[in-house]
Amino acid sequence: MGKVLLLTRREISAYFVSPIAYVAMALFLIISGIFFALADFRPGAPAGMRSIFDIMMFILIFIIPIVTMRSLSEEQRSGTIETLLTAPVRDIEVVLAKFLGSWLFYLAMLAPTLVYVILLAVFGNPEYGPVASGYVGLVLLGALYVSVGLFASSLTQNQVIAAVTGFAILILLAMLGPWIATVVPSRVWIIGVRTLVQQATIRTHYQDFSQGVVDLVHVIYFVALTAYALFLTVKVLESRRWR
Amino acid sequence: MCAMIEVENLTKWYGNTLALDRATFGVQAGQIVGFLGPNGAGKSTTLRILTGFLPATSGQARVNGHDVLMESLAVRSSIGYMPENVPLYPEMRVDEYLAFRAGLKDVPSAKRRVAVDRVVQRCWLKTVRRRLIGQLSKGFRQRVGLAEALISDPPVLILDEPTIGLDPTQIEETNKLIVSLGGKHTVLLSSHILPQVEKACSHLVIIADGQIKAADSLDELKRRLAHRQQVVVELRTADTGDGPAEVGRALGQVAGAADVGTEEVGGGWLRATVTPAADADLREALCAVVAQRGWQLREVHHLAPTIEELYARIVAGEADAGKEAA
Repeated sequence: MGKVLLLTRREISAYFVSPIAYVAMALFLIISGIFFALADFRPGAPAGMRSIFDIMMFILIFIIPIVTMRSLSEEQRSGTIETLLTAPVRDIEVVLAKFLGSWLFYLAMLAPTLVYVILLAVFGNPEYGPVASGYVGLVLLGALYVSVGLFASSLTQNQVIAAVTGFAILILLAMLGPWIATVVPSRVWIIGVRTLVQQATIRTHYQDFSQGVVDLVHVIYFVALTAYALFLTVKVLESRRWR
Repeated sequence: MCAMIEVENLTKWYGNTLALDRATFGVQAGQIVGFLGPNGAGKSTTLRILTGFLPATSGQARVNGHDVLMESLAVRSSIGYMPENVPLYPEMRVDEYLAFRAGLKDVPSAKRRVAVDRVVQRCWLKTVRRRLIGQLSKGFRQRVGLAEALISDPPVLILDEPTIGLDPTQIEETNKLIVSLGGKHTVLLSSHILPQVEKACSHLVIIADGQIKAADSLDELKRRLAHRQQVVVELRTADTGDGPAEVGRALGQVAGAADVGTEEVGGGWLRATVTPAADADLREALCAVVAQRGWQLREVHHLAPTIEELYARIVAGEADAGKEAA
């Protein structure tokens, strides 16, 4: 565990000297700020953050793969993966540290949005319950996005390809369910398959959080999928042993 | 003496390419061993297998008594590895990087400071220890890589071309450093720079086309190849009127001579280089022929193999030497 912390510290300090990380952070805060102003922070609107929580799910699909794209692909491109993996550390420790580093950076990126809560409190009378549950949802959502981004970055030496692969997987995961529900006529589908696809979709499990519900099923969904993506990342690292 | 590195029948396929073909060699504790071979011969592959970065397709390797596949962590703990091209994190400072690596390599946190100071001192990094690695010159980056390999004071050091890209002074310094590591550490270093290897290493492992061509001490290899040492004879035939062709023919008839080359060296002198067919000392027989023909003789000597020659001959597969060595 000590080594995970050591590696995580290195990851975080690498983020804070990386221009791309700052660009991604700025982009996220600007875009989400605009949407907050347009959607939730209007005269007459209920003092809440429901819309911005929903919108962030989409913004983050494009922001988080940019944050994570460097993580493992750059190590592979520059060859530092060789010194890293020949040190006495387990592959899983490396992946966990990479995950924690990116996830903590994401949380640091999310922290400034707490200003929205203050603004709502100053100008209105928000219900704090749904705001809190919405943030719980964002924390879990971020963990899943980061682990998917990390997985994408383990696949290639090229940061751009890593980012695009991350976008692609996340778009599929986030949107597949609703798309199938609307586009494909329902009778074509066997009920089970349709339910399965919908249950696999991020949106199905994320929506409740912004409406003030913290359901254990949804929490388990995010935790399990995050763990699964991290597991796959470890396997990709190990695959150098049989490729 | 115990074997620090033991490699047995190591084979590595990359898809359909055979990179390493039943390689077998051993390195004893405290030895400094030069690992030589042409580009693409399988040097880096072997080193990567030893450090646990890649697995072998078949065969076994043990470092410090631990199997590289089954006890990978134990092997990695006992190795300081400097990969080819010295990959480093450009955004870190030198001492920050060394302290980080010390932590990864289980140096207790109370001792990291001391460990960093020690390698900084040893690898002449004092002037740059607060600099960003990305801003360092090639020579300094190389030394950071070496310092990193030494940070946990590991019993085994594996250095992949430690002096590539350095200027002559730096090569000299690095060489001295490596020599000073002998005895206490076991060093396996790959290199292209033969004179450097000759100075630093007591033993050689020579690999070509994925096969170990020779593995033995430098002196032993030289002695073995000396069996087929060429003899150089300088003579003058002026009074007898024999031409170079006749000289070649006459010397070639000496029992045991395989090949004779002649060249004129000016003033009527000819230099004949005689290669023996097997391990035989032809000097006496050659002198007898010269005397019998009434030629004038001014020099006879053995051509001692230089390390370049040794290397070239072994790589060319000329030496049947070394096969049985381990």
